[in-house]
Amino acid sequence: MTAPTETATTPAPAKPVTQLGDRIFAGSAKGAGILILVVLAGVAAFLVAQAFPAVVASPAELPGERSLAAYIGPLVFGTVLAAVIALIIATPLAIAVALFITHYAPRRIAQGLAYVVDLLAAVPSIVFGLWGAFTLAPAALGLMTWLHTYLGWLPFFAGPVSVTGRTMLVVGVTLAVMILPIITAVSREVFLQTPKLHEEAALALGATRWEMIRMAVLPFGRSGIISGAMLGLGRALGETMAVAIILSASGAVTFNLISSDNPSTIAGNIALQFPDSTGLAVNTLIASGLVLFVITLLVNALARFIVNRRREFSGAN
Amino acid sequence: MTIDTETVQRERLKSRSGAESTSLVRAELPRWAPWAVFAGSLVLVGGLLAITGFSIGLFVVGSVVLYAVVTYALSRVVEGGRKATDRLVTIVVTSAFAVALIPLISVLVTVIGNGIARFDAEFFSSSMRGVVGEGGGAYHAIMGTLIITGLAAVMSIPIGLLTAVYLVEYGGRTRLSKAITFFVDVMTGIPSIVAGLFAFALFALFFGPGVRMGFAGAVALSVLMIPVVVRATEEMLKIVPNELREAAYALGTPKWRTIVKIVIPTSIAGIASGVTLAVARVIGETAPLLIIAGLTTSVNLNPFDGRMATLPVFSYTSYAAPGVPRDPYIDRAWAAALVLIIIVLLLNLVARLIARLFAPKTR
Repeated sequence: MTAPTETATTPAPAKPVTQLGDRIFAGSAKGAGILILVVLAGVAAFLVAQAFPAVVASPAELPGERSLAAYIGPLVFGTVLAAVIALIIATPLAIAVALFITHYAPRRIAQGLAYVVDLLAAVPSIVFGLWGAFTLAPAALGLMTWLHTYLGWLPFFAGPVSVTGRTMLVVGVTLAVMILPIITAVSREVFLQTPKLHEEAALALGATRWEMIRMAVLPFGRSGIISGAMLGLGRALGETMAVAIILSASGAVTFNLISSDNPSTIAGNIALQFPDSTGLAVNTLIASGLVLFVITLLVNALARFIVNRRREFSGAN
Repeated sequence: MTIDTETVQRERLKSRSGAESTSLVRAELPRWAPWAVFAGSLVLVGGLLAITGFSIGLFVVGSVVLYAVVTYALSRVVEGGRKATDRLVTIVVTSAFAVALIPLISVLVTVIGNGIARFDAEFFSSSMRGVVGEGGGAYHAIMGTLIITGLAAVMSIPIGLLTAVYLVEYGGRTRLSKAITFFVDVMTGIPSIVAGLFAFALFALFFGPGVRMGFAGAVALSVLMIPVVVRATEEMLKIVPNELREAAYALGTPKWRTIVKIVIPTSIAGIASGVTLAVARVIGETAPLLIIAGLTTSVNLNPFDGRMATLPVFSYTSYAAPGVPRDPYIDRAWAAALVLIIIVLLLNLVARLIARLFAPKTR
């Protein structure tokens, strides 16, 4: 401690020296961040601007001479149906795969196996589309006939079975394959974060490996699984090419998954119609794209909210 | 059920030594038992199918189901319910992983099998100009893909990198940085087709409603690419130890030089690998390019002048709108898919190699 008189003589603490380079660099970094927000706002603004003519147009001018809601409604139904089928198939599988990689596979090869699953995410969607149409659809015919014969009393499998195999069920399975890696990756991350002490305590009490997973790993990872599934849902909702290539769509609103009468999806419909559309039809398609944008935005924001809330409460970091 | 097994155990031990009345050891299936059961179910199902008509799918599924059921039953009798459940779950989880591998292998086999037919020199050296039926190639589409993806990378990498620097080095916990983090997360979820519509809506304002342009495709791709670059770079900058920054400050280095000379070089391997993965992600995007870049049959190297072919769109259009005869078009669609998948897998491999080879030495 120095005497107070001395502090009085020294000048007030100077501002930290900021060089010109510093200011330029900090400014451009901040500018880039703000630019991202501007772009996102721009996406919303331009879509709204281009969708507006379709919203105010009279139903007679729109494609199919229906109101905008009647045009987009069946598409929303198809989009949600395909995504939900994909989610129902992919989530249990992804949890099992994540558990296999984190808790069952030998340590030495676990990293490699995780990489193999990630490779699935790298395959372009056009390739999955071609694969679904040429390989999966014919291969699924037998299964669909079986479902129709034995479970035909369920509305989902009422049939008649499509002869080409290009049905909602095949689209759902293809989408499930496409969203499997993201759900697996997110679940894997949280499973790995399970406190080692919890796992060891369970094992020390005599639990078998499955009981340890049920008592320690799954409760800890629940929110991770949920948010991973929702991120997968977001992907499945917006997936375009697989649907556009595989599905033979008639625009019917039906829960029948194996017939040749299928509802289309928003993204698939845009990809099929856009290249040949002009005038108000383009605005209508953009309006449907806006609806898709809002749906995926809500799903993703909810998923992120769940992840972030968990991050604050978990003891892992 | 535990009592059951214990009595069984006790009796077995009694018959062996005759002396003990209690035991601390639970009965266990011998190590070879699961293998024996597995081999048994393979033989049994194989034999049954040999009579009724063989199918590889039924054979595998039937064997695994039989294996699971028999193992569960055996284990339940000998080891008790808890252990039996554990064994069952192990089988289920392992076969789930095997199921997840099927599509990957099937995709690779299908694409290679169908794509190899036109995977020749002509495919890489000629365009589709004036080609009807056989022949022709995807030179124009390959160049288009490289130009558009390159432009997208040139736009996305600086923006993504600087944003990540802002978030990690300058942002702290301000409201702006929180907002950016949240919206970058949200942006990763934008459907690719919506990015295409955005680019269309933007460029239609300036160039009229029929706009098709390679550059606009690059804009659409960078909307998809920027969030991936930001996330990857952010993760890498975060793990640079603070001691390095503090040592630089202690020597009187300004903050921006610390970032440029210390922080980024330390994490450059991770950043480069993240950027490569981001490129791999957008290079296969079809939907936005279908909308805004369109397709031509001839070589167009100017991204600001009209339609520009790209590999994914070329593949899709060859499949969706084939000419007569149909087969050459389908073959070209598969060959384009094969080229695309090779590019993507190579990029993934390069990313892993960069991360491994150029990682900073930690010890």
